[in-house]
Amino acid sequence: MVGGVVTGPPVHAAEDAVAAEVPPGSRVSLTVNGVRRTVTIDNRTSLLDLLREHFGLTGSKKGCNAGACGACTVLVDGRRVNSCLTLAVRLEGAEVTTIEGLAKGDRLHPLQQAFIDQDAFQCGFCTPGQIVSGVGCIQEGHTGSAEEIREWMSGNLCRCGCYVKIERAVEQAAGRK
Amino acid sequence: MSQPQAAVGAAVPRVDARLRVTGQAKYAADNSPDGVVHAVIVESSVGRGRVTGIDARAAEAQPGVLKVISHLNAPKLPPVEGRFPPGKPLRAFQDDRVRFFGQPVAVAVATTLEIAQHAASLMKVSYDAEISLTDLSVADAAGETQTYARGDADRALEAAAVRLESTYRTARNHHNPMEPAGIVARWDGDRLTVWEKTQWVQGTVFNLSGEFGMPPDRIRVISPFVGGAFGNAARTWVHSVIAAMAAREVERPVKLVLTRRQMYFAVGYRPAYEYGLRLGSDRRGRLTASTHDVRAESSRYETYSESVLVPGRMLYSTPNVRQAYDHVPLDVSTPWFMRGPGYSSGAYPVESAMDELAHELGVDPIELRLRNEPADDESSSLPFSTRRLRECYRAGAREFGWHRRNPKPRSTRDGDWLIGMGMAAGVYDTMRSQAQASVRLDADGTALVQSATSDMGPGTATSMSQVAADALGLTMRQVVFRLGDSLMPPAPVHAGSQTMASVGSAVQDGCDNLRKQAITLAVNDEGSPLYGADSADIVIRGGRLSLKDEPTRGETYRRLLARNERTHLEVLGSYAGPSGPEKFSLYAYAAIFAEVAVDARLGLVRVRRMLGAYDAARIVNPRLADSQAIGAMTGGIGQALLEHTVTDHRDGRIVNANLADYLVPTHADMPDLKAIFIDGQDYEADPIGVKGLGEVVIVGVAPAIANAVFNATGRRIRELPITAEALL
Ligand code: FES
Ligand code: FES
Repeated sequence: MVGGVVTGPPVHAAEDAVAAEVPPGSRVSLTVNGVRRTVTIDNRTSLLDLLREHFGLTGSKKGCNAGACGACTVLVDGRRVNSCLTLAVRLEGAEVTTIEGLAKGDRLHPLQQAFIDQDAFQCGFCTPGQIVSGVGCIQEGHTGSAEEIREWMSGNLCRCGCYVKIERAVEQAAGRK
Repeated sequence: MSQPQAAVGAAVPRVDARLRVTGQAKYAADNSPDGVVHAVIVESSVGRGRVTGIDARAAEAQPGVLKVISHLNAPKLPPVEGRFPPGKPLRAFQDDRVRFFGQPVAVAVATTLEIAQHAASLMKVSYDAEISLTDLSVADAAGETQTYARGDADRALEAAAVRLESTYRTARNHHNPMEPAGIVARWDGDRLTVWEKTQWVQGTVFNLSGEFGMPPDRIRVISPFVGGAFGNAARTWVHSVIAAMAAREVERPVKLVLTRRQMYFAVGYRPAYEYGLRLGSDRRGRLTASTHDVRAESSRYETYSESVLVPGRMLYSTPNVRQAYDHVPLDVSTPWFMRGPGYSSGAYPVESAMDELAHELGVDPIELRLRNEPADDESSSLPFSTRRLRECYRAGAREFGWHRRNPKPRSTRDGDWLIGMGMAAGVYDTMRSQAQASVRLDADGTALVQSATSDMGPGTATSMSQVAADALGLTMRQVVFRLGDSLMPPAPVHAGSQTMASVGSAVQDGCDNLRKQAITLAVNDEGSPLYGADSADIVIRGGRLSLKDEPTRGETYRRLLARNERTHLEVLGSYAGPSGPEKFSLYAYAAIFAEVAVDARLGLVRVRRMLGAYDAARIVNPRLADSQAIGAMTGGIGQALLEHTVTDHRDGRIVNANLADYLVPTHADMPDLKAIFIDGQDYEADPIGVKGLGEVVIVGVAPAIANAVFNATGRRIRELPITAEALL
């Protein structure tokens, strides 16, 4: 692979291979981005590590692994959660949506498009978490004013300092602009 | 540049935006080559001493644990040569010494991350601990004092009509990019491939080659996306060596990502400073003298220094200046460049003192600065290439509404809030280095441009594509720029705001040459409508060559290449960088304006709005430039009001080594931020006329806020960050 060109991540949910080497494991079935998956995993596995290391869905990021940055934000049954703080084995039957599940084919989610329109990112590392969190924020109806958006997006840190533009992007997608 | 400029200067969106908003951009830790296993570092829990024992039995007994490596069993590495900073760099498990709290003492490698983490937690390490010293305020300086002098500052101060004297302190700051440092290392026989988070792929090749004593051409480093860095991915840290070592030992690819906590001990920081400053001036505020006595923290094993003294010696006309910079070696890890290195720390005392002098004399702070504008650079005696700082003051003041500021401190209120405005100047060195870029135009009329540079956020691929598109006469869609692979043509470290000037000039050179090659081909080709035309009369737009004055006479690259049976044209562009001593003083400038509100009862400071006016010469993409400037204001708000590493000096432990306790700005802290750019180019700096932007945008932010706090409250806070406690 060469710089700048990225293909879709391979899905290496090698459940049997993983199960063979791992102490106390459990079986869990959950739906990720509309696809039903059943895996046997180490009980200690967080949802974030399950997505990243077992399903090859690396769009969700690990910024702190401690609930302090929001880079790992995903939707579980429609609600935003920090996937780094969520044990995967608890999610029997859950529906998980990650950044990879927002676009419909080639058509970006309106908030993804708004992030591009507003230049609401620089390095892009916090961006998947910001966007998923923004989708949650809009669904929850916390977009009444710029202040309200800022308040309800404050669990998502952006060290590149794109907050002003992220707030505008959420406003745009919420239809306030 | 005889080509029309359509892309350069336009606010085009990022070329890789889609990858970044869909989660498809692959950062270092997103790579999982077949058979990858995980490594977790065990850090020292004492601040200084020796490791006397490592009990790995419980860790090794875990199913799935492949190996535990420490100095007891690590392979011997060859000695490495002196690099920056001078000293003895930290090596991977080569001795039993503990130099600082948090130093890696072992690594656990296991088939899954969960097992590796658990194994690391089971490690029992015993130490012979010694007393560690980590407090800058009580430790002594050592080694050589760096000095600078012109005139006789001490005597001139004696004679000065007005004198100010103060000591300023700045806290240690951590870069804390959102992406933790990480690396995936894979050996194929004696060849090493790493996917590393780095601002310099070829620097990593060079450093790993030295660490392992192997030829650089057997190492490949890939890093197409960097999740922020602000300097801390511009060095090959020991964890990268540990990962490569572990991969060789277990004969499988190894992924190693630092925890957020480990980031506070392992990847550098903006050092804490004590800065003693004396200013002397005449009654009209014209500076006659200044002295600068600086103490900076460094580690005991390396002597780090940065340009903290520069603003104090060249920003204002001052006939007599004396400066001294002392290192204070401590039992800490080595500091490292963090956005606006040196300048952002040095601007705080200098710009605070200028504000104080203005207040003492009853002169407007901008007027005071104008009275001290130098005619040339008094520190080097060189003329300025360009210095549009006056224009920055003027445009910034107008846009910000500076005339509404009441110069009397504590005179503006909004309920319980005291309101104040402040401003400060900023400056940063215009660095440039040698760079190359390959340019290939294919028969389908599209171009591929490549250079081993990096993008930690400014939008390198976008701005380079803009330069290439104009020089080749293509649209943005017809150009692809790739970066982040050590096999590509050489580029300097993506740091010091030098990427646009250096790599951009190489791209310009390559594309200019390729365009000329195509034109030569056409004018000498009897089959071309341009046969026999004067090359100088030909322009290329949208992939079509035509006569400037007769646009209908021409043809496309595609037809030209097809008829000549060429699959492609290819050129290596290069930029030599500065050669010999500089003939000009080259700097970018900023004027930063801030309005704050301070809760009169609680001491809480809120920045209400901020504006930066910048002289960075040519702006390639105003949209990206705006994001960089606003982002740096945000970082500067952190430096001014929030960021502070708290060390327990009993053992050197950083007690707030996490993102909940080390405060960084959040959405809720955000004021209204605005950036304006003064029109201009600087062709003394480089062939594309840019001065670099990424650093200068943070310099001056903290003092502008501190000066606004003074205007609001009448309190001059001489220590960063400015906390509520300090204002109570
Ligand atoms: S990685 Fe989950 S909140 Fe930071
Ligand atoms: S875009 Fe870099 S951290 Fe948000």
